[in-house]
Amino acid sequence: MELTVDGRKAYAYSGGKAFDASLPCIVFIHGALNDHSVWTLLARWFAHHGHAVLALDLPGHGRSDGPPLADVEALAGWVLALLDAAGVRKAALIGHSMGSLIALEAAGRAPERADRLVMLGTAVPMKVSDALMHTSQRDPLKAIDMVNTFSHSGTASKPSYPGPGTWLHGSDRALMRRVQAGQSGLNLFHHDFGICDRYERGLAAAANVRCPATIVVGSRDQMTSPKQAATIAKALNARVQSVDAGHSMMSEAPDAVLAALRSAMA
Amino acid sequence: MPGASDPGFDTLALHAGAAPDPATGARAVPIHLSTSFVFENSEHAASLFNMERSGHVYSRISNPTNAVLEERVAALEGGTGAIATASGQAALHLAIATLAGAGSHIVSSSALYGGSHNLLHYTLARFGIETTFVKPGDIDGWRAAIRPSTKLLFGETLGNPGLDVLDIPTVAAIAHDHHLPLLVDSTFTTPWLMRPFEHGADLVFHSATKFLSGHGTVIGGVLVDSGNFDWDAAHAKSGRFAELAAPYDGFHGMVFSEESTVGAFLLRARREGLRDFGACMSPHTAWLILQGIETLPLRMARHVENTRKVVEFLAGQAMVEAVGYPELDTHPSHALAKRLLPRGCGSVFSFNLRGSREQGKAFIEGLRIFSHLANVGDCRSLVIHPASTTHFRMDDAALAQAGITPGTIRLSIGLEEADDLIDDLKRALKVAEKAVAR
Repeated sequence: MELTVDGRKAYAYSGGKAFDASLPCIVFIHGALNDHSVWTLLARWFAHHGHAVLALDLPGHGRSDGPPLADVEALAGWVLALLDAAGVRKAALIGHSMGSLIALEAAGRAPERADRLVMLGTAVPMKVSDALMHTSQRDPLKAIDMVNTFSHSGTASKPSYPGPGTWLHGSDRALMRRVQAGQSGLNLFHHDFGICDRYERGLAAAANVRCPATIVVGSRDQMTSPKQAATIAKALNARVQSVDAGHSMMSEAPDAVLAALRSAMA
Repeated sequence: MPGASDPGFDTLALHAGAAPDPATGARAVPIHLSTSFVFENSEHAASLFNMERSGHVYSRISNPTNAVLEERVAALEGGTGAIATASGQAALHLAIATLAGAGSHIVSSSALYGGSHNLLHYTLARFGIETTFVKPGDIDGWRAAIRPSTKLLFGETLGNPGLDVLDIPTVAAIAHDHHLPLLVDSTFTTPWLMRPFEHGADLVFHSATKFLSGHGTVIGGVLVDSGNFDWDAAHAKSGRFAELAAPYDGFHGMVFSEESTVGAFLLRARREGLRDFGACMSPHTAWLILQGIETLPLRMARHVENTRKVVEFLAGQAMVEAVGYPELDTHPSHALAKRLLPRGCGSVFSFNLRGSREQGKAFIEGLRIFSHLANVGDCRSLVIHPASTTHFRMDDAALAQAGITPGTIRLSIGLEEADDLIDDLKRALKVAEKAVAR
């Protein structure tokens, strides 16, 4: 579905059902150089099990108009404005990687609007190595290959996402390349990494969060290792759930992530 | 942070898509000869049918053994995923049927496998899909043939049987200028010799019967998507591809490009094409093709090494009028081959015998190691006379357009000792030479 936020088109996948704001709402927020399609199986499941679902394309990503916003704070404001546009007062905020920081910031800024917070593949702070930052600026396609390799824990995750026969390394790389190509005037990869790297309000935001929080870690995550999630888990008094996957946990272990999210939403 | 990359080609050929079986510990890929797969409960069943979860339901649509093959070929091609089909012809049909219907149009290279030519020229025309054929090197011809109803451009990496090298970068650019995808038959080259996606192709298919399987034992095909073609953008600009970018009544109004930004094509091909046309692959066949792929890098290197020796031998024979191998500077695609196929031009090529049609028959019948049959890409060496077999439905004009003469002999060089193959050819050439005196 398309909404208008701050005068610009904003796209949200509603899980294969018409959006009904009267149902309990879940917002899915993707990570750097991704779009809503990293969530579609999970979003479809929740949409067909009693929830209103908004799997977003952040500004300048996928089907949402640009320009990309400057920082986590601005993106959190945009998410809250999108809830206004959709007629949603309160929602569960679920974010992956960069999206987990946006969910955290939104839940901290407007605690009365978040009834669950779920952070997947997260670290606070989410510092990006100098080498990766530099490569993402100088040679973004090479950086995409590097991150894609680091984000997968093997070459045979089953069942494939979104369906059998999908080569996850190839499909995740193609998605990042597609989203990067969508911004001709900006190196979106470097921009998104900068957003993650610069965000410093994580613990302050956590102090304001009032809803139950869950952290989902990938036991083989090389981008945001389980250890790196410990600080924010403690700050949020969050339940930590571990899935046997790397950073691309929604594609590597969709059933395990679904189980974790069902538990978080219970 | 140097060094991070996916595993190399040879490693992927052995490992992509497969891990030790979690239930049994089996190291080799198990053959899942089961039509269907048990649901955990009613909710699980419903969620699988509604694409809320990934998994296997019924082996016409997906199967665990086939999925390993699909992932492996996709990995080797650098694609997003693949679908295993009953044959290479089924893969071509699945690609076309996913994008085209009555009233659609295709622009195709004229240098095609005879079966593909039949499908496009005769059979699909009966269902309202028209094809315009252009010579693969006629770049202006490709551009001029495109119509508002065109849905894709199609060619073979190495045109059968003349081995015209398709100028993929140029033809892909023409396709993309018109918001169209380029589909490529990569059977003769395999991803070991060329990865068409790296040159701009959008979709690739193989007759896995040939080099991927490599042993002449099974019939199968694989269709691979690069994930690079933006179906939404093409739909917005040209109105084409509503099949992927607009609601589909056959799946509760699903818009496949919303479900998967880079996997829409394969989702629809599987959820509609395999479901409704049903040209799926047997898991046993998938397993045999996987066995073949494990040694693909080793075999392709030997195929090319042997072929170069045989080509060199034939080029020096008085009875041989011409040898059509793109590595020879006499071949019209020589420059393109150097650019696009630096590892070699495969092991299937043709040459023209001097003399009569009877001498041609004598040559084929004089061979002892080469087998006279209608296949290529076997580990054993093969020979055929296209004008009387694979391309027999074509008249002389169509044959000429495809680069074939009545004296053309096609060889598929196998993995035997190259010296033994050359001795066999020497013997047959002598038989052919003597046949003229009778």
